[in-house]
Amino acid sequence: MINETLVDLSRLQFAATAMYHFLFVPLTLGMVWLLVIMETVYVMTGKPVWKDMTRFWGKLFGINFALGVTTGITLEFQFGTNWAYYSHYVGDVFGAPLAIEGLMAFFLESTFIGLFFFGWDRLSRTQHLMVTTLMAVGTNLSALWILIANGWMQNPVGAEFSWQTMRMEMTDFWAVVFNPDAQAKFVHTVSAGYVTGAMFVLSISAWYLLKGRDVEFAKRSFRVAAAFGLASVLSVIVLGDESGYTVGEAQQTKMAAIEAMWETEPAPASFNVIAGINEAEQRNDWAVEIPWVMGLIGTRSVSKEIPGIHEIKAKNRERIVNGITAVAALETLRKDRGNDDARRTLEATKGDLGFGLLLKKYTTDVRQATPEMIDRATNDTVPRVTPMFWSFRLMVGLGFAMLVLFALAFWSTLKTECAARPWILRWAVWMLPAPWIASELGWFVAEYGRQPWTIYGVLPTHLSVSTLSVNSLYGSLAGFVGFYTLLLVVEIYLMQKFARQGPGSLGTGRYANEPAHA
Amino acid sequence: MIDYPTLKLIWWLLVGVLLVGFAIMDGHDMGVGTLLPFVGKGDDERRVVINTVGPHWDGNQVWFITGGGAIFAAWPLVYATAFSGFYWAMLAVLWALFFRPVGFDYRSKIHDARWRSTWDWGLFVGGAVPPLIFGVAFGNLLQGVPFHFDDQLVSTYTGSFWQLLNPFALLAGVVSSAMITMHGGTYLAHRTEGAIQARAVKAAAGAAGLMVLAFIGAGLWLRVGGIEGFVITSVLDPAAAPDPLAKTVARSADAWWRNYATQPLLWALPALGVAGALLAAGLVAVRRTLAAFVASALAIVGVIGTAGAAMFPFVMPSSTMPAASLTVWDSVSSPLTLGLMLGATLIFMPLIVLYTGWAYRVMRGKVTVAHIRANSHTAY
Ligand code: HDD
Ligand code: HEM
Ligand code: HEM
Repeated sequence: MINETLVDLSRLQFAATAMYHFLFVPLTLGMVWLLVIMETVYVMTGKPVWKDMTRFWGKLFGINFALGVTTGITLEFQFGTNWAYYSHYVGDVFGAPLAIEGLMAFFLESTFIGLFFFGWDRLSRTQHLMVTTLMAVGTNLSALWILIANGWMQNPVGAEFSWQTMRMEMTDFWAVVFNPDAQAKFVHTVSAGYVTGAMFVLSISAWYLLKGRDVEFAKRSFRVAAAFGLASVLSVIVLGDESGYTVGEAQQTKMAAIEAMWETEPAPASFNVIAGINEAEQRNDWAVEIPWVMGLIGTRSVSKEIPGIHEIKAKNRERIVNGITAVAALETLRKDRGNDDARRTLEATKGDLGFGLLLKKYTTDVRQATPEMIDRATNDTVPRVTPMFWSFRLMVGLGFAMLVLFALAFWSTLKTECAARPWILRWAVWMLPAPWIASELGWFVAEYGRQPWTIYGVLPTHLSVSTLSVNSLYGSLAGFVGFYTLLLVVEIYLMQKFARQGPGSLGTGRYANEPAHA
Repeated sequence: MIDYPTLKLIWWLLVGVLLVGFAIMDGHDMGVGTLLPFVGKGDDERRVVINTVGPHWDGNQVWFITGGGAIFAAWPLVYATAFSGFYWAMLAVLWALFFRPVGFDYRSKIHDARWRSTWDWGLFVGGAVPPLIFGVAFGNLLQGVPFHFDDQLVSTYTGSFWQLLNPFALLAGVVSSAMITMHGGTYLAHRTEGAIQARAVKAAAGAAGLMVLAFIGAGLWLRVGGIEGFVITSVLDPAAAPDPLAKTVARSADAWWRNYATQPLLWALPALGVAGALLAAGLVAVRRTLAAFVASALAIVGVIGTAGAAMFPFVMPSSTMPAASLTVWDSVSSPLTLGLMLGATLIFMPLIVLYTGWAYRVMRGKVTVAHIRANSHTAY
């Protein structure tokens, strides 16, 4: 049987490396459009300050991008190194968007980022703007394809299991591409990236304004960031619940956990603002509720019921029992390829094969599974409620706090010539980490909430790992965390150094803090 | 529609194209990284070296990334088995590569000699380690790798990292390292002048010589040194659903030479490897640098092609359970995925070649010390 420590360490390593990656990704996604906006104004007006803005923010963008690439390379290969059975089992479906991402997006962004930095003197203004735009398109296409892959893990459409090849095979590429889950994820996640880019520029510009430095430069940057940020944060919030609304059992299970909804409530369900969750007894000791709201968000109707945790578990228990037959038939068939009985049984029960595999955590021979094992496997099918409940609320809370901030910032740039009031500026500086925290929490909700599956209903997480030694995992995990932390420290050092120095670091002679040797 | 056997064959060629593309494109900037501490004396010269690839290394690296993605999509069993089996080798490659993005981008942002020299060595590691390990990996593929499957196709690797570093594999590593160094040297000679160029020329010519010797040595070793190849001994239906456990495989001393015996035309590949390298050395010595770069690229086609042609249809033979060996026929994706990915490649590959070519055109010309001094805030 598969070693549980190995599974836990593999999960931890994937989580750690992905979360490092997502420290850099959202800033890239958002900043790149701000660069396009600033450079467009430059090309249209010819005012040098807009070119300086593009170049200065571009410099910070570059520092971030380098670590985006460094952390991304790991992820591209980690499915193979650490999730070998997963890679074999779903590579036919999951590999395709990853490969297309490389062909369509990574080549584009990575080729044009070179010209973005080195091409200023060699390209005409419009050519350079075109380069910047293509780079932006590239980064956003990369988000699209990886989220199509990730969305398929939540809602595995357009594919079927084949017992001859012992894997999932693609049956409908367009179903995979237009998976509603993937589309909702794409919109929500790139908008989160735009919010991050806007907050970054807003905060740092606010800091210059508070210091009264490079005011013309900072004011314009602040204004662009405020407008872009307001639109983006609205998009995150309005299209945020879209993630919850999309169909699929994975999302239903997550929603029940997010809401700490133990029982199915008559429609439309109420929304628990906060609650005292009692995980042991599977109920809430107390809750502050708003009637109707949950039903509206979750189903976009007043009449559809949302299933609670107990109901979900009862259904899953049946599927696990049914899945035992499927797993047994498959195992027979793998030993005796001509066994028609087993083939027919498998065809009839295939839909619950994944649920049967959940029992592999407790026994190698699922036919011998005891009712107690089946209960444990059933309990596994819903993630722990407490972390889901609070992570989600923190993300949402940060979202609303940022909405207020961007609205105030935007309003103040409309009202007054000289940007905003000091208290708004100070608030903007303090809110700098908010979008990163919200994004990491969002991913936690999405990924932890998918447990115990890597592919919902198809492949349990504990079967997905590579058969490595636990010591290898300790070594590699320590290596990744150590290496990335070191690089992160270097990155933050450079980032704050240039952010503090400001546009003077360009050495144009127009700003404060020009380097002495220029 | 293209039939399944043909699709499988096309994908073998396409993976080859991606591998060669990676070796030519990312190879030249890795070669430049390998040479950096030796051909650049002093900070300005090092910056010249770095800036010859500064605008391009990131795009080039995507050959590696896309290669990984394409193997995932087209040969999922190979992606799963090879990368988990070669776990520590793969991590060494990744960790070496970590030095590159930060090395290029951060190095010149701080005025401090120790900081800069640290990143120079980082760029050296990022350039030198991956080609070495890829060579060693190829050396191991030729000898067979200790892995097996169970009924449910769970793969288990029973070797260790240190076993990978056997003498034959290390020789293959030398071939690969020398080849990439030669390639980087010719590129550097093309993009620089004066003293740096002179040193790059020497390095390129020396590496080409070493590569030819090691390449021929490895060939002789395979021929007479007792390394057994693999042959399929059962009838394998190329149109069948891929099942790596459905065949039987035997080992035999001449197995890796049979393709050359039945298709003598294949001898053109090793010949191209040797002739290309010698030509590159000669051309770079007389400063025909662009032609030398092309010759060196052809040598890469020859060397990688030689190994691929010897092993065909094997991709990753197993030494402990030969029947489980992964081949072009039975470790591939479904016809739908292969067809789709072929379509995507046919659309995007020409576009990539076009805009990459444009990027090189925009940045063409020699990088000089004067240029670095004039642009010290924007150059790497
Ligand atoms: C929503 C967006 C998003 C998500 C969920 C991911 N990435 Fe990413 N990735 C990007 C968005 C992005 C980007 C915006 O395109 C990056 C980030 C910063 C950057 O420099 O480019 C990037 C860089 C990047 C690179 C380097 C590309 C280059 O050299 O240009 C690789 C290989 C990956 N990623 C691979 C992955 C894998 C395998 C992921 C899944 C586990 C993943 N990324 C999640
Ligand atoms: C970059 C943003 C992402 C972050 C921050 C993130 C975060 C996480 C976290 C926290 C876990 C651990 C969950 C747990 O085991 O409890 C995890 C696991 C995992 N994620 Fe993600 N994830 C990201 C993107 C992705 C994407 C885009 C994919 C696939 C395309 C993916 C595939 C996986 C896999 C295979 C695992 C391991 C198996 C598992 O535990 O389910 N992740 N990720
Ligand atoms: C304010 C209202 C918000 C709502 C209602 C909301 C809703 C959600 C939901 C339901 C998920 C889980 C999706 C899944 O499991 O697949 C999610 C994930 C996520 N959220 Fe939010 N969110 C909000 C705000 C934010 C903010 C402000 C950010 C960051 C700036 C953010 C970033 C993310 C990210 C990166 C993910 C993971 C990717 C994904 O699954 O889409 N969210 N959000």
